[in-house]
Amino acid sequence: MYLIELRNVSKIYPNGTKGLNNINLTFDKGEFVVVVGLSGAGKSTLLRSINRLHEISEGDIRIQGQSITAAKGAQLRRIRRGIGMVFQSFNLVKRSSVLRNVLAGRVGYHSTLRTLFGFPKADVDLALQALNRVNIAEKAYIRADQLSGGQQQRVAIARVLAQEAQIILADEPVASLDPLTTKQVMDDLKRINRELGITTIVNLHYIDLAREYATRIVGLRAGEVVFDGPVAEATDERFSEIYGRPIQRDELLEGAQP
Amino acid sequence: MSRKRWIRWLIFAIVVLIYVWTFWGLPVSGIKPTAGQITRSIFHGLFHPDWGYVYLPDGEDLLRGLLDTLAIAVLGTFISAILCVPFAFWAASGRNKPRLQSGAGKLILSFIRTFPEIVMALLFIKAVGPGSFAGALALGLHSIGMLGKLFAEEIENMDAGPTEALVATGASRFQILWFAILPQVLPGFLSYTLYRFELNVRSATILGIIGAGGIGTPLIFALNTRHWDRVGIILLGIIVTVTLIDFVSGYFRRKLA
Amino acid sequence: MSGTPTPAAALPKPPSKLKHGLTLVLVVLLLWGSAHRIEASFGRLFKGLPNMGDLLREMFPPKWSYFDNVVHPMLDTIRMAIAGTTLGAIVAVPLAVLAAANMVRSPWIYQTFRFILNLLRTIPDLLLAAMFVAIFGLGMIPGILALAVFSVGLIAKLTYESLETIDRGPLEAMTSVGANRLQLILFSVVPQIIPHFISYVLYTFEINVRAAAVLGLVGAGGIGLYYEKTLGFLEYDKTNTIILFTLAIVLAVDYLSTKLREKLL
Repeated sequence: MYLIELRNVSKIYPNGTKGLNNINLTFDKGEFVVVVGLSGAGKSTLLRSINRLHEISEGDIRIQGQSITAAKGAQLRRIRRGIGMVFQSFNLVKRSSVLRNVLAGRVGYHSTLRTLFGFPKADVDLALQALNRVNIAEKAYIRADQLSGGQQQRVAIARVLAQEAQIILADEPVASLDPLTTKQVMDDLKRINRELGITTIVNLHYIDLAREYATRIVGLRAGEVVFDGPVAEATDERFSEIYGRPIQRDELLEGAQP
Repeated sequence: MSRKRWIRWLIFAIVVLIYVWTFWGLPVSGIKPTAGQITRSIFHGLFHPDWGYVYLPDGEDLLRGLLDTLAIAVLGTFISAILCVPFAFWAASGRNKPRLQSGAGKLILSFIRTFPEIVMALLFIKAVGPGSFAGALALGLHSIGMLGKLFAEEIENMDAGPTEALVATGASRFQILWFAILPQVLPGFLSYTLYRFELNVRSATILGIIGAGGIGTPLIFALNTRHWDRVGIILLGIIVTVTLIDFVSGYFRRKLA
Repeated sequence: MSGTPTPAAALPKPPSKLKHGLTLVLVVLLLWGSAHRIEASFGRLFKGLPNMGDLLREMFPPKWSYFDNVVHPMLDTIRMAIAGTTLGAIVAVPLAVLAAANMVRSPWIYQTFRFILNLLRTIPDLLLAAMFVAIFGLGMIPGILALAVFSVGLIAKLTYESLETIDRGPLEAMTSVGANRLQLILFSVVPQIIPHFISYVLYTFEINVRAAAVLGLVGAGGIGLYYEKTLGFLEYDKTNTIILFTLAIVLAVDYLSTKLREKLL
């Protein structure tokens, strides 16, 4: 049984454009997969289909053998609980404290009524440990909007850790960060992947970053998988094929640096 | 003549016509011959207010009248701040929401807003009898119109990111509301509620005119019985109270921003 | 989770929740005190609800024939709003200039005028109307004056605030060619401020139409008098006609005025 399995997945938007076209992919435990492709190639749609933030039009997606496509209500929420997500714009509640943002990762484990009256001590400890793992525990009681972008993204990663997810989906997690914090956030993701064995799928714009961190690279073009293989096979020529043109300077993190 | 000048002349003519129509219909006479004298009396009363009315041991004084007025405003504001929330969520337009639905919500809110609070108070007096309670209910119902609209705008301007993040963690609808939506909109809600409270204090001072409680009742009584010094002290009391409330409420609103 | 165990001492202490708790207690006390003071209770409300239901039932269907009786007072109401707003707008112009920090040099002057404008806005128009009725007797004149006083406060405040944000460029250009103060205001300030000013006047007019509709309750003319008349005689179907008519007029005025204001700015 695969951890994640996409079978003949297609997504057609209401205006007729094809977001994903007959995708077949499987992911195993502990993989660190980077998805590359031009913007509009379907990277984000692919990621958001896995936890069903986007509905797919055809096919089936299974998480540990359970179909998330067919899941409803409580069952859907239970599957989502096992899949953490990190966003480009961090998606923190800016006015809430850092700790409260991390605790939001725990709500899937409790009844609605229980969460109204605060979290159990064990959850708070778990959240503080998660913050500690991304080296930001001392900020626990500060409002999230007081932190820098890189720190906010680490809080978002801590939220995923507190969620005790088996899968992390990261949608352009470093696109709004400067090169230095980009490295720190990617290092955090990689370390968590290695130490906890959490399967991680990351959308990235920079191909040098993809080569540096990934164990496997998936290339998308116009909603179709045009490359799927280990980093060693992802040569410059293959990247040019994925992009349909030679690699440009701004697609390298090094090149983006002034 | 050019088109632009034509339009200018047309607007000018319409404005002139409106004013002719307006002033043609106004009564020229009907001013009481005693007007000047009464005005002098009122000003005399304003500068020589009836200080003794500020506190009377057996009740029915200025302080208790103002206290009632504030109580009406507090309760009225509270009622509307609670009741307007469902209206606000109904009227807020969103990405996955039919426009007809939010449009209907907005229309209802604008209807409530247009309905004068003083007329609502007249209707509530018929229901629960004259007094401050009717006034508070009227303010509570009337304020839904404005607060609902402002709350809806706050919801529309909210960042959708946290909601998305909560959905992704497997949160239920209510948990999304509690952890992603409320923390974002609550400061704005509170700020608008305070602003509405400032307006409601003003409104509450007039409710007594029709018997819905507060300082308006003794004021209209003093006016009718020509106790100008008492009119003076009540007006001073209203001005001081309203200014003070604006100041305090404004301080808290700045802290919330 | 595995990994290094967290030393408890390194973690920050949670902030005290005392402030939130105190605020909550204060608000609850305030609400409880207010409810107690005005003798509010759910019991009274529930007992009153059937009355309210009867009232609403009697309001429908509205008595459309009564419409003919209230057309004239409604037109008077609009007249009052127009006259009051105009009068207020005229008086507001000099007051706005005197309250703007970039128009007069002395803080004493503009602070004094701001204070006066604030005072004017603390007194609700219905109270002003009640006072003016006491002075001038029943009729439209006290209503118009009450609306005018209220309008002065609002229009002058909005106008001086935009006066203070006007573009300094044309002002400096005029100064450099040696214009005097009056010329300055006429040729560089007025053209910038006129659209805003008219927009504020229209906005005040919208508010004044709503206000004028109830001034009759204190005898200051217009349709408001008919609320009391019909309610006093328990003719709720007639009251409903007035309410619906007023709603229609107010919404129409709002719509027209908003369209005009959009065109202006």
